[in-house]
Amino acid sequence: MNALKKLLGIVWMLLGPVIIIFLFMQAMDKIAAAAEGIARTNTTLQWFIIILIFIPICAGLVIFGYYAWKGEYDHLPESSSEL
Amino acid sequence: MRSDNPNVTQSITQVIAASSLGTLIEWYDFYIFGSLAVIIGQQLFPSDAGASALINTLAIFAAGFIVRPFGALVFGRLGDLIGRKYTFLLTLVLMGGSTFLIGLIPSYSSIGYAAPILVLILRLVQGLALGGEYGGAATYVAEHAPVGRRGFFTSWIQTTATLGLFLSLGVIVLTKNLLGAKAFADWGWRIPFLVSILLVGVSIYIRMKMHESPVFTKLKAEGKVSSNPLKESFQKKANFKMVLLALFGATMGQGVVWYTGQFYAQSFLENTCKLDFNESRYILLWAIFFATPFFVLFGSWSDKVGRKWIMLTGMLLGVICYRPIYQYFIDATNVREMEKTSLASTSAPVEERSLAPNGTDSLMTTTVTKTLTNGMTFKEAQTVTLSAEPEVVTPESTIKDVTLSGSAYVIVILLVFFQVLLVTMVYGPIAAFLVELFPTQIRYTSMSLPYHIGNGVFGGLVPFIATLVASFSGSTPLSGLWYPIGIAALSFVIGAVYIDNRVDNSVMD
Repeated sequence: MNALKKLLGIVWMLLGPVIIIFLFMQAMDKIAAAAEGIARTNTTLQWFIIILIFIPICAGLVIFGYYAWKGEYDHLPESSSEL
Repeated sequence: MRSDNPNVTQSITQVIAASSLGTLIEWYDFYIFGSLAVIIGQQLFPSDAGASALINTLAIFAAGFIVRPFGALVFGRLGDLIGRKYTFLLTLVLMGGSTFLIGLIPSYSSIGYAAPILVLILRLVQGLALGGEYGGAATYVAEHAPVGRRGFFTSWIQTTATLGLFLSLGVIVLTKNLLGAKAFADWGWRIPFLVSILLVGVSIYIRMKMHESPVFTKLKAEGKVSSNPLKESFQKKANFKMVLLALFGATMGQGVVWYTGQFYAQSFLENTCKLDFNESRYILLWAIFFATPFFVLFGSWSDKVGRKWIMLTGMLLGVICYRPIYQYFIDATNVREMEKTSLASTSAPVEERSLAPNGTDSLMTTTVTKTLTNGMTFKEAQTVTLSAEPEVVTPESTIKDVTLSGSAYVIVILLVFFQVLLVTMVYGPIAAFLVELFPTQIRYTSMSLPYHIGNGVFGGLVPFIATLVASFSGSTPLSGLWYPIGIAALSFVIGAVYIDNRVDNSVMD
């Protein structure tokens, strides 16, 4: 199980930037579609807010992945004295 | 029943009642905004804003969720420094005051864009207050609860969010039925906001009589209160890694399941399926009414079998079932297809003229009520623009106020009930799970942040992001569901691999 935790840690580290790139590409695509009159609603502000919110969360996912890869979750603390 | 702590003179029942009432009112305050999103959108934005008015209103609604983590940091720190009791008294006052003021804001037609800006500011105060409230109430109850029953006792606090939603829907439906649809849309929507000040007054009176948490009192007497809870929570790796685990392995998935089942379901039925205003709310009211006891059931069960697998099963069932459930909603309300083969009667047309948004043309709306052989009814409205300039205008036909027949109505209630049941699985045990994860000195701060990022950001954005995704060109009405499904699936995997199923017997450390 600990090997799986570490292996998945790499996945989480990669997933953080992948999500941000995906969101950024989606934002560019939808905003351009609105500018060309293809999309019904202009969503520039909405996308700005979404990306702004998810950047720190994805950074947290990368840190989580790093901790998992380093084995920090191999043993979870059983009392507050271990924290 | 009394707490195990000898210093406690209040019964656990009093503690739960006083904590739950205040938290319930805070949820009520927070949710009336979402339940009235369509009407508020019409009041705050220009009348020709159309779909963007709803999206912007949902964005203001979502803004309240987004700031919840900041409220968790500000008030969580305060709660770990000065105590649980006074902190969540303060949050109650802020919440009640801002809700009352939203009910007094003039509409766009009176003060222009100042209206949505003022509402946004008050919505942010609401979000900050709620960010401080929940963690305090959950911590307060958990620190009074006897060993081995923490899941059961904290589950009462967990019912308050759903009951707050239930209360908000009930007050809205009651007000609308008493005033009539037009008066409610014009000014009656303000009443549910104004009523809040009375509820908050009662709750403040009750909370003033409560004692401080015995665990915090003991900590304070021993001089062990944290001097900098924020630093200890997030700069100390051993604790910060648990904050991240709580967020990605539990609260993130729990948040999207909560808001899909109890918010997106109603929004989808009303805006996508064009269900009648009252009917969509009655469906949710019945579903919540029957499902709420399961919060206590799953909370109590988690004391025996552990918290982890109950929560994760709720997430997994959501991932598997959401698309078939929402596909049924679409099929059951597809009146355009149904009328081709089973139209029973059409009422006489009712014509109404109004001024077009451009101020020069006029609109003529012709509405007919159609009844199908299965008992379903709906209204079909055709709007023609009568332009000053002679031009050919194609009439726009819209469906609204769909009401379901007997069997479809029951099935839709059962499907929403099932979604709320998943909410009780993920949400019933989570307060006990979070409380047990962190030590007393920094508990308020540490548990509040992952809870409010999970619920406020991931969960609170469900209606907004799902509606946004569904509005893209080429998307289907079900496209919006990929957001909650993806987040719940990710949280399930992280929770299954990394979270421990152990129940911590002591929260005194």
